[in-house]
Amino acid sequence: MCGIVGLFFKRGAATSTLGPLLVGMLSQMTERGPDSTGFALYGDAAPEGALKATLHAPNVEYDWAAFETELSAAFPLPSPARRYNSHAVFTIGCGQQRFLAWLARRRPELDTFGIGERIEVFKDVGLPDAVAQRFDLQHRSGTHALGHTRMATESAVTTEHSHPFSTGLDLCLVHNGSLSNHNRIRQSLRREGIRFMTDNDTEVAAGYLTWRLRQGMSLTRALEAALADLDGFYTFAIGTRDGFAILRDPIACKPAVLAETDDWVAMATEYRAIATLPGSETAEIWEPHPATIYSWQRQ
Amino acid sequence: MIEVDLARSSVRALNERLHRLSPATNERYWRVLNPNGAHAIAVGVTQPVHVEIKGHVGYYCAGMNGAATIVVDGHAGTGLAENIMSGSVRVRGNASQSAAASGRGGLVVIEGNASARCGISMKGVAIVVGGSVGHMSAFMGQAGTLIVCGDAGHDLGDSLYEAEIFVAGTVASLGADCVEKEMAEGDFECVATLLDRAGIVGDASCFRRYGSARRLYNFHIDHAAEY
Repeated sequence: MCGIVGLFFKRGAATSTLGPLLVGMLSQMTERGPDSTGFALYGDAAPEGALKATLHAPNVEYDWAAFETELSAAFPLPSPARRYNSHAVFTIGCGQQRFLAWLARRRPELDTFGIGERIEVFKDVGLPDAVAQRFDLQHRSGTHALGHTRMATESAVTTEHSHPFSTGLDLCLVHNGSLSNHNRIRQSLRREGIRFMTDNDTEVAAGYLTWRLRQGMSLTRALEAALADLDGFYTFAIGTRDGFAILRDPIACKPAVLAETDDWVAMATEYRAIATLPGSETAEIWEPHPATIYSWQRQ
Repeated sequence: MIEVDLARSSVRALNERLHRLSPATNERYWRVLNPNGAHAIAVGVTQPVHVEIKGHVGYYCAGMNGAATIVVDGHAGTGLAENIMSGSVRVRGNASQSAAASGRGGLVVIEGNASARCGISMKGVAIVVGGSVGHMSAFMGQAGTLIVCGDAGHDLGDSLYEAEIFVAGTVASLGADCVEKEMAEGDFECVATLLDRAGIVGDASCFRRYGSARRLYNFHIDHAAEY
């Protein structure tokens, strides 16, 4: 099972309609994934030279103020931090590698769920409505978003094992399905310097794409390579800084529906999630073909 | 005409009303509004009533249909008319995978395209698709007829028993033990009659026929690679 949803506005600035619409879509996918829920939002960009990091603390009482004091002594923080339950978003004026190395040394208890110019990632165990409320999704804005409701099949039900998985700058992936050769690929990706937080198969797919993009491949080329290298059944929805892509495995084991209007593209495991969107009655609706990459880039 | 608005009442309540109908019912014409992709709409109807659903439906719409005439004025999700016994189910848009799966009788008409595994394990149903079908359609079909006015995806009729397949367009590839067969006089008639019943315009003379080579019925060492 599992449910995935994606909503991508083709043009214009970050809109405050994104959060409420994503809440509605995720809620429709409750039965498909009651274990955990997560979402990635692509919002306003961090200032030039800075990155946004979504950090996850082991408990909601975590002393973020003390952390911020320590962080500000090490790096410039051009925007104020925002706190959402066990997560907090910091805007940090330094590069990814320097920050992650500092964090691993100073605060190993914190996980980085997403890092990039625009991405923010939130995920936790619980039903979609509850998790959306926990992270105030109703009041969040952005240009595009991916969401996932998880029914766990191959690894534990924890916050860390929830989707989306982000292993590279502004890249994230949600997945419905299961990969069969993820252990071997994880091993080889580790040798290439890709970091993994869990033993989850989807994180391997995200890491694989990060590795291919790092080699200089376009997202489309990276997905073509994934078709050859990843074994299993899957529907992937992928978000990048300004893009959105969908891929189903060659035998289309897992369901997916795409819908497009002049303003937006939406993807969901089932149509009922798309039916919640304004304009869905007149949208072009189709089922993506197997082993075919569908991608959009913001204008 | 009885109208049921699924924005106000549940699918379960609708289906219970449909299941309670008696053969002599006067409630013969139903219209369902705001389906919004809900699953299992009008499943298990056993009386000769007409149900029109205005919008897109989710999974398993019109499953196990017996005698009813069900029309979806929109697209349909996975498993449309699964295990249909009799009556007819029509989709004015596209149908997702496994349409008419294991159908035993009746007629399923998809005016648009059907995706993968259309007619999988069909056991007597007649299926007419106005557009194209996806891969592995009629997989393990045992009886019945699949008519495709457009193209067929890969592995058409894989491991077929005895169902008949007619395709007007191209076939990406045939599945194991599925072969092209000659169109006989009766076959043109069969296609023309079914197109007529389905209300789909098509020229029977454009169709090619595919069926089982019957080499997978019993294990044969020469065919080990095909199992």
